[in-house]
Amino acid sequence: MNTNSNSYTIIYASVMVVIVAFLLAFVNSSLRDLQGKNVELDTKKQILSALGVTDVKDAEKTFAEYVKSDIVVAEDGTTKDYDGKFVTAYEKEYKENGRAHVFVCEVEGKTKYVLPVYGAGLWGAIWGYVALDEDKNTVFGTYFSHASETPGLGAEIATSHFQDLFIGKHVLEGDKVALSVVKNGKVSNSDFEVDGISGGTITSVGVDAMLKNCMSQYTNFLTVK
Amino acid sequence: MGKLFSAKNKEVFSTPLGLNNPVTVQVLGICSALAVTSKLEPAIVMGLSVTIITAFANVVISLLRKTVPNRIRIIVQLVVVAALVTIVSELLKAFAYDVSVQLSVYVGLIITNCILMGRLEAFAMANGPWESCLDGIGNGLGYAKILVIVAFFRELLGSGTLLGINILNHQWLKDLGYVNNGMMLMPPMALIICACLIWYQRARYKELQEK
Repeated sequence: MNTNSNSYTIIYASVMVVIVAFLLAFVNSSLRDLQGKNVELDTKKQILSALGVTDVKDAEKTFAEYVKSDIVVAEDGTTKDYDGKFVTAYEKEYKENGRAHVFVCEVEGKTKYVLPVYGAGLWGAIWGYVALDEDKNTVFGTYFSHASETPGLGAEIATSHFQDLFIGKHVLEGDKVALSVVKNGKVSNSDFEVDGISGGTITSVGVDAMLKNCMSQYTNFLTVK
Repeated sequence: MGKLFSAKNKEVFSTPLGLNNPVTVQVLGICSALAVTSKLEPAIVMGLSVTIITAFANVVISLLRKTVPNRIRIIVQLVVVAALVTIVSELLKAFAYDVSVQLSVYVGLIITNCILMGRLEAFAMANGPWESCLDGIGNGLGYAKILVIVAFFRELLGSGTLLGINILNHQWLKDLGYVNNGMMLMPPMALIICACLIWYQRARYKELQEK
């Protein structure tokens, strides 16, 4: 057979593409549940990390130990229990279903609130979790991660060195979110401001915007004592 | 069995591990060697992934080699590699999630790893499936070997650990003035270690030196 004719080449390419497409679709759909489970466990580990619980072996068990409930906060600050499937994409959840989640946790007998935050860095998505003390105002711990920030610069937001700077800062000034990341070395109000990363300006600005945008969804919830 | 492991086939398998190593002699696949070698674990997973993908891609292309239209052979090779890489990446996400997060984009970038295309075009298009399989495994392991050696030094000297297990972070070592060299974790140090390996290999095997 002439393997160089036009019709042979076109048929060959089409058949190959169809076979490969079916193969990949099959692999994807048969592994989706396992992958979803992994993403869920990873999200739980991240939430625990904001609470200062790291090196988690059994995420499911530890999560149940610390996180008492998953609640949804309405615009006016009222809350109701959420008992649906555990959510991992909080941006989609807020935009499509209008649900802003808060995790009510307990660390050493004290109530903590964990708020998911999400935004954009320089190259891609950034996200994180902010744990607040019982007063809903003092930061207890944070966790940030990123999809593709520059290693050594923007990617430093994922290090505990950066995340620990937030501990003890306050969130609200009046009814505005004042917790912010400012240019490295320009902190003027250490109650609310955290040093940004030199060389990672756009990522730092992204974290700042992320905190303001996402936490302002919760203003009414946070001001109700 | 005699034929399956003939002298020629043994050579096909073993030269990429030594005298015709894809990384240190042919200088292919350097990009990922820099990127994933700051820790030993991702380096091992990356090496195994490349080995599996090269072996399978070689076999598939070798089986198809008589039917592939010459004008689109590179496209066919790419589609086969891309499909295999996607499958491996999905498997990693399902069964080794932490590692897949660490490897992030580099699994996808196996598609562009020159070793793969090089072996498909140079070997699998002209040889039977069994020889191609050996060639793929040999080249993959040759690549993995260098990755593991580089990652061994980078993790040991950079973080003081191996596979995450503490080796050098002890107080008495600190008292003696030893500190982990953070520079080892930067990509350029992978290049320097690679260069040292090439230096060693060329000094030892004179036939590799240019006249």
